[in-house]
Amino acid sequence: MMRSTKVLFSLSKNGFNKEITPALTRLQSTAAQPAPAESKPAGKEKKMNKEVKPSLSFVMNMFRGAAVTDQAIPYPYTLSSEEKETLEMLVDPTEKFFEECNDAMKNDAMEKVDETTMQGLREMGAFGLQVPAELGGVGLNNTQYARLVEVVGMNDLGVGITLGAHQSIGFKGILIAGNPEQKAKYLPKVASGEQMAAFALTEPSSGSDAGSIRSRAVPSADGSHYVLNGSKIWISNGGMAEVFTVFAQTPVTDPKTGATKDKVTAFIVERAFGGVSHGAPEKKMGIKASNTAEVYFEDTKIPVENVLGGVGNGFKVAMEILNNGRFGMAAALSGTMRYSIKKALDFATSRTQFGNRIDTYGTIQEKLARMAMLHYVTESMAYMISSNMDAGSKDYHLEAAISKCFASEAAWHVTDEAIQVMGGMGFMKESGLERVMRDLRIFRIFEGTNDILRLFVALTGLQYAGGHLRELQQALKNPAANMGLILGEGTKRARRAIGFTKGGPIEGVHPNLSESAMLLGRGIEAFGYCAEGLLMKHGKNIVHEQFLLNRLANSAIDLYAGLVAVSRASKSLTENLPSCTHEEKIARVWVNEASDRVQLNLTAVKSSVSQSNFKDLASIAKDLCDNGNIVAERPLGI
Amino acid sequence: MSLRVLVGCKRVIDYAVKIRVRPDKLGVVTDGVKHSMNPFDEIAIEEAVRLKEKKIAKEVIAVSCGPTQAQETIRTALAMGADRGIHVEIPAKEMEKLEPLHVSKILAKLAEQEQAELVIVGKQAIDDDSNATAQMTAALLDWPQATFASKLEKTDGELEVTREVDGGLETIKVKLPAVVSSDLRLNEPRYATLPNIMKAKKKKIAKMKPKDLGVDLASHLEVVEVVDPPTREAGIKVEDVDTLVTKLKDAGRI
Repeated sequence: MMRSTKVLFSLSKNGFNKEITPALTRLQSTAAQPAPAESKPAGKEKKMNKEVKPSLSFVMNMFRGAAVTDQAIPYPYTLSSEEKETLEMLVDPTEKFFEECNDAMKNDAMEKVDETTMQGLREMGAFGLQVPAELGGVGLNNTQYARLVEVVGMNDLGVGITLGAHQSIGFKGILIAGNPEQKAKYLPKVASGEQMAAFALTEPSSGSDAGSIRSRAVPSADGSHYVLNGSKIWISNGGMAEVFTVFAQTPVTDPKTGATKDKVTAFIVERAFGGVSHGAPEKKMGIKASNTAEVYFEDTKIPVENVLGGVGNGFKVAMEILNNGRFGMAAALSGTMRYSIKKALDFATSRTQFGNRIDTYGTIQEKLARMAMLHYVTESMAYMISSNMDAGSKDYHLEAAISKCFASEAAWHVTDEAIQVMGGMGFMKESGLERVMRDLRIFRIFEGTNDILRLFVALTGLQYAGGHLRELQQALKNPAANMGLILGEGTKRARRAIGFTKGGPIEGVHPNLSESAMLLGRGIEAFGYCAEGLLMKHGKNIVHEQFLLNRLANSAIDLYAGLVAVSRASKSLTENLPSCTHEEKIARVWVNEASDRVQLNLTAVKSSVSQSNFKDLASIAKDLCDNGNIVAERPLGI
Repeated sequence: MSLRVLVGCKRVIDYAVKIRVRPDKLGVVTDGVKHSMNPFDEIAIEEAVRLKEKKIAKEVIAVSCGPTQAQETIRTALAMGADRGIHVEIPAKEMEKLEPLHVSKILAKLAEQEQAELVIVGKQAIDDDSNATAQMTAALLDWPQATFASKLEKTDGELEVTREVDGGLETIKVKLPAVVSSDLRLNEPRYATLPNIMKAKKKKIAKMKPKDLGVDLASHLEVVEVVDPPTREAGIKVEDVDTLVTKLKDAGRI
């Protein structure tokens, strides 16, 4: 890196001349090299040759070391006064309904949502919150939906998944990718809850690797319908749904080459089409009230009008659906955390041990404060993303992925700590936390495992950065036309190489948080530098370096979390809200600690000790797998 | 014969809130505290809406007196099925001094203006527990009253009302027009569903001031003091009945 930087530095001093060629070759030798395209995270083809489309996503641009805060600062508030008024009218009745008409403990024990509650939910309009009013729904936008979903999350995650599997993914495809006929036909009945919907993608041999599904839909000879065969597992609402969004391989012929290959297509499948059956409800660790079942399709005839989003576009449709609903998870889990934290606070402020109330002890104080920090960040992410989406942004999928990872892990940790604060009481069913703990475990797994999402964030960001790198390389081929870019890059890299930080804090932050803004600015720069370094060193092969990618992803998560916290606290300070000082403390501590973690993670990406550790870790894993059991000899030899 | 029903609904501190006495001891803390519709008034609205569903009533008008937030209460009534609302604007400061007599005068005037044939209110509000508005409204209108209603039935030109009284249940007949106050067991109010709340936004709420109705809000009552009830003292366990009797005598209770 140093060598190429030195060359560029001299470039900027002497203008363009013969030095360009050595620079060019030097860069090219360390740049993206063609590598065999092997098994990458399902379908996320990392083509380093893609054109760079400018993005307003903060996370995307972090990979270039740039702080693009258009969507983040000031903290967005996109509700019109009418939308706000509407929302205010809806929150209380929703809370009241859940407090009075839903018994989460009973639903968990019976492993189903009480029928009276289901009927109440239907009448409440809870099944079609985002369906337009003309089609029988409540017509809420993303932010309003997030606020109501928060209420659900606070009360009963089992019901939350029943509702979410139905509208957040079950029929969301029709809402975002359906044509007017499909919308008019299906949305009214699912919005009223008369018919339940489900999202059927996962198969026994295809979980994270969604592109490898085996269900097939073959077009009929007369082209009027498809015949679907396949089996899906772990489908929420699978045992009750009438309307399914099913993903299956369909033979697609390339018009130019005439070659036929399988591509995934999304279909709207009605149980009434025939050949649809389901298995018994799965016995689960948590969200027991939510129905999870296998669904089988045997020669199910699907009219060709029910293709959703176009033949061969199934994978894209699936990703869009999941992307679109992710913010809801962060919102729901904010509600869950609020519940857990309240339980912990009630206990900590009334329990006395060793002569003092336990909330006077540092250990407990740290737990409570950290719980509140995790909640604050999650809540800030949820509403920032929902507001971005409402404002029409299309650049939010990395942020959404991060929010899902963060929220699910934060909620698990918060509830775990709440149980700890409550001691033995926390372990007892009647305290109401053990059920929540069990319910929360799945959130790190479904809708894209956190592991996959981390790789997705890292690789998508790197692809974007890689694109920019290529842009720079191309600029160097034609420096006359691209002097600005070259000079800009040159000075930037030179400063980094010398050790000068850009000196740029994030802009637009309240003065009280200027130090945090500085830390974030530096963190982003170091992050971009690290990302670029990885691309230079590994090129396309970076896809295989999961140890490194995970550290990059964790840094990205910490930096985005820091940004949202600082943005929201800044807004509160500017508006002088009663809680602004409290929020300022949260944001400051978060960024202080996050920037340390980022430094650690980024160093690990480059340090030789870490690299050696990773090699050893991989080797340990291999030994274990080869042995099928613990490898180390027993200490006693017996 | 289709009735026009006027229903009074009051915005009060939510029943689940922990009440705190104000430092000046002249009232309770209301700032930032959760408010909702008086539960007995919800029952009143529910009854009126049910009458409409049975085609006994043709229109249900929800009335609330109070500051701007009173509109939220009216909207809840509209979401439950009331047809339109009337908001009698009274600023927060004056709300503290609002008495049942004032409200009764307002309701009486509105009943006349709107040509209502039935006025239903909750038997009492959970903040002041006055249990006076229904009675005074009837008196001002010179209409019969049926208070503490736990059952309401319409017979030709009359209402048959079952009342909850100390001794049990009493059934009376009242001629229309009449004033009814709802008791707990009259019905179980429906939940305002989200679609209905959205539809309620389109229903009209007329605004007016007490003086538009010729009602003057001069005070007849003065709050002297508001204090917490005395904290409950610990009890003592006694061994037998004789000791119990002795202790009660010592305490001057018997």
